[in-house]
Amino acid sequence: MPVDTLALPRAVGRWTLGATSHVGRVAFLVGDTLRSVGEWRIWVPRAMVEAWNIGVGSLFIVLLISGFAGAVTALQARYQFTGTIPIYYLAGVIVESIVLELGPVLTGLILAGRIGARYAAELGTMRVTEQIDALESLGRSPASHLILPRVVAGLIMIPVLTVLADIVGILAGWISMKLVLPITDADFAYGARVFWRPFDATYSVIKAFFFAGSITVISCYMGFNTQQGAEGVGRSTTGAVVSSSVLILLLDVVLANLLLNQ
Amino acid sequence: MIALRGVRKRFGQQVVLDGVDFDVREGETVALLGPSGTGKSVLLKHIIGLIRPDAGRVVVDDKDVGRLRRKELAALRAHIGYVFQNGALFDSMNVFENVRLGITDEAKFRDLDYARGRVVECLRLVNLVPETVMEKLPAELSGGMRKRVGIARAIAGNPKYLLYDEPTSGLDPVNADVIDGLVKRLAEELGVTSVMVTHDVRGAFRTADRLALLTGGRIVQQGTPQEFLDSANPKVREFLERDFPDATIAA
Repeated sequence: MPVDTLALPRAVGRWTLGATSHVGRVAFLVGDTLRSVGEWRIWVPRAMVEAWNIGVGSLFIVLLISGFAGAVTALQARYQFTGTIPIYYLAGVIVESIVLELGPVLTGLILAGRIGARYAAELGTMRVTEQIDALESLGRSPASHLILPRVVAGLIMIPVLTVLADIVGILAGWISMKLVLPITDADFAYGARVFWRPFDATYSVIKAFFFAGSITVISCYMGFNTQQGAEGVGRSTTGAVVSSSVLILLLDVVLANLLLNQ
Repeated sequence: MIALRGVRKRFGQQVVLDGVDFDVREGETVALLGPSGTGKSVLLKHIIGLIRPDAGRVVVDDKDVGRLRRKELAALRAHIGYVFQNGALFDSMNVFENVRLGITDEAKFRDLDYARGRVVECLRLVNLVPETVMEKLPAELSGGMRKRVGIARAIAGNPKYLLYDEPTSGLDPVNADVIDGLVKRLAEELGVTSVMVTHDVRGAFRTADRLALLTGGRIVQQGTPQEFLDSANPKVREFLERDFPDATIAA
């Protein structure tokens, strides 16, 4: 059987072209979106409605998961560290784990599923039913009507949800520790302060802000460029969730290296 | 005036338009006929700049649509009403909000009293009862009503041109006749220049001043309905055969 020696370079070339084309189109979408900022009369009211929808709609699941994460962190910290370090240090372990990592990353991943899928499916359906074409045909900008409100809503609400997730996670960890270990509130507060730096809270919000950008931009891009009917909407929705989840994990590494490298 | 010169468009390996020349004069209604999948809707989307040609020029009111900047294109589109095949109504908005979005003048769009009056007027023009349909969502409307709301939205901005993409597809003969009558009446009452993409040969003959047949990526014939009936072009005769068997025998 003849071996196609060009198969591998051809596949690499095709992949490179595809990836470059995606990057270019995302750049154009972001450019169009930034140019629409001046049309605030259009996007501000829509952004407020979107922010309310995603904030209220996501609150329960975000708090539920962060609460469980806080409780499990406390129980695992007890399992690993009891008898090796003073108990009040465990409070520091819990608070730092939640604020630096679990709060923003878990919230980001949950919202990549919840908001990312919703945005991609909404815009994808609008694309295949020609609603986006209709908007353009009326001389109106899809960026100011559809993209910017969603991106702004995400940039506002995802950091807010992350802060709430951090608080609930810490509270759940605190309660769990009190239930399983002989630790007082004063010891917990003292332990939490031992490792605490004010920048930790800022870092949590910065991460949430980057995660919000990647979730909203990628899911809007995927939805906006949907093709081929219902199957295309399904593909865009899955692609939005997978791509934004992967980007969240990549950003997590990059931001940790850039911002915690002191 | 609308003029397409040597327009070519391909999607991947598939050549859809292969050097299309097409003219629409002021005030006339032109029906663009052709078999399914020949690129009639693609051609219509070139006129409003939703698709840009790979080669050739699309000129509307002396402006080359393919070369317009974003704001210039938006300004041109404000003078063109586009009726989509399935209505393309915004499903999260009620009928009032959908038609209101068609008011392309931003100041008038914001003036709620003007907008309400204009929406009522446009809904009446397309034979809908405003009081009954204004608050309904698109999902609560029948196919024929959705098409008429789509037409009301397209005329709300007082366009100079109206482009219809298969306005009667999927409708029963009675509703199709209603829409054909509406297209003709709007052309007469509003004095708009219209281009109608359709499969419905009889409807096109009733409605249009001129016809054009797109097949194989090119316009193979343009002319009046009588010129079409007299044509000896085998592609024209083949297309008319089902609806006008006598005419093809005579030709």
